[in-house]
Amino acid sequence: MSDSKHNAQPELPGKAQTNPARRAFIAAAGVGVAGLGFTAIAPGLHLMAVGEANAATGIATRKPGEAASRAVRWGLLVDINKCAPGCTKCVEACHTENGVTEKLADPRQASQWIRKVELTDRRNGKKTELPMMCQHCANPPCVDVCPTGASMKRADGIVLVDRHSCIGCRYCMMACPYKARSLVHLPLTEQNPLVPRGQGCVESCTLCVHRIDRGQQPACVEQCPEGAMTFGDLNDPSSEISKRIAATHTTQVRSDLRLDVGVRYQGI
Amino acid sequence: MFLSIAALSAPTFAGDGSRTPKPVIEIDTPGKCIAPADEMRRNHMEMLKHQRNLTMREGVRGEPASLNECISCHASKKTGSVHQEGEFCQSCHAYAAVKLDCFECHQPRANFKTSASKPGIKP
Repeated sequence: MSDSKHNAQPELPGKAQTNPARRAFIAAAGVGVAGLGFTAIAPGLHLMAVGEANAATGIATRKPGEAASRAVRWGLLVDINKCAPGCTKCVEACHTENGVTEKLADPRQASQWIRKVELTDRRNGKKTELPMMCQHCANPPCVDVCPTGASMKRADGIVLVDRHSCIGCRYCMMACPYKARSLVHLPLTEQNPLVPRGQGCVESCTLCVHRIDRGQQPACVEQCPEGAMTFGDLNDPSSEISKRIAATHTTQVRSDLRLDVGVRYQGI
Repeated sequence: MFLSIAALSAPTFAGDGSRTPKPVIEIDTPGKCIAPADEMRRNHMEMLKHQRNLTMREGVRGEPASLNECISCHASKKTGSVHQEGEFCQSCHAYAAVKLDCFECHQPRANFKTSASKPGIKP
């Protein structure tokens, strides 16, 4: 019983078994409203859009003052077959966007926002590369172990560190099976104004939350020259990422841990 | 004799005669703040703390209270910062002897652009 619960794909929020026809109607209504922003529903009577979709990315932006929605779950699909060997464009894009530019004395202290990992098939020596970062679990172990509540999951599924309450104990780094977190060891001065980060706090991929909130895609997705990464709403069956996950075989890394990750890989 | 002792000992008791310098408050666009100066002086920390929790935890953006908005208006015209000695945030906090933690993580310079230099090993 518990197995089936855990293995069920989490695309729908909570227990909402929505009628597809109703969902399609709502989606169509949403497109109409979001596309125009300002719709006349009768002479002299206008319907204001709650949020508008970014024309280039299709990512809906919230109006000022509106909190992230539980109805959305942001996710990422990485097509390993397209990921070029030796290419580190996603890593560079991430580091530039998030101001990860510090030079460290010890490579073991390096940031783990995103890194390229090489897999070798021992039987035939076939090598594949993939970008590894925070997998934005639905059941994140880092949140479970955090003693101060700093490690948290936002309503739209993005796992973050609230540096205001992080004490740098690094329990979350121990708990993470993806080695996706790192501690800042040195004082920093070159932060991006939209990405605060500093000494003594643990950090990890934020899925470029500051960009998503402006209707932009994460920097790695935007800068990938191969188009290997797809970003979107896993809860929306009409999003490109949901369609591709429904149509092709995709993998959750360490799916045995039942963390229900938001970052999926195709072609492992 | 008495006078010379008084003259010699006076600096020892009263310092150099000046007190802690008053904070520097130079505002290029006065009257544009989200609340009157009195209210900002007393409550800016509560406004920022409230907003930081909403933004960080719930993803609320675009609200009036925002550290980046404070910086963009109040940064020094010469250095573009609020955190160096004599600049807006730092001078007042030094005067009030209140530790200023924000800029250990937040960028104190207005319109700062991170350079594209790669992280790496210190040479």
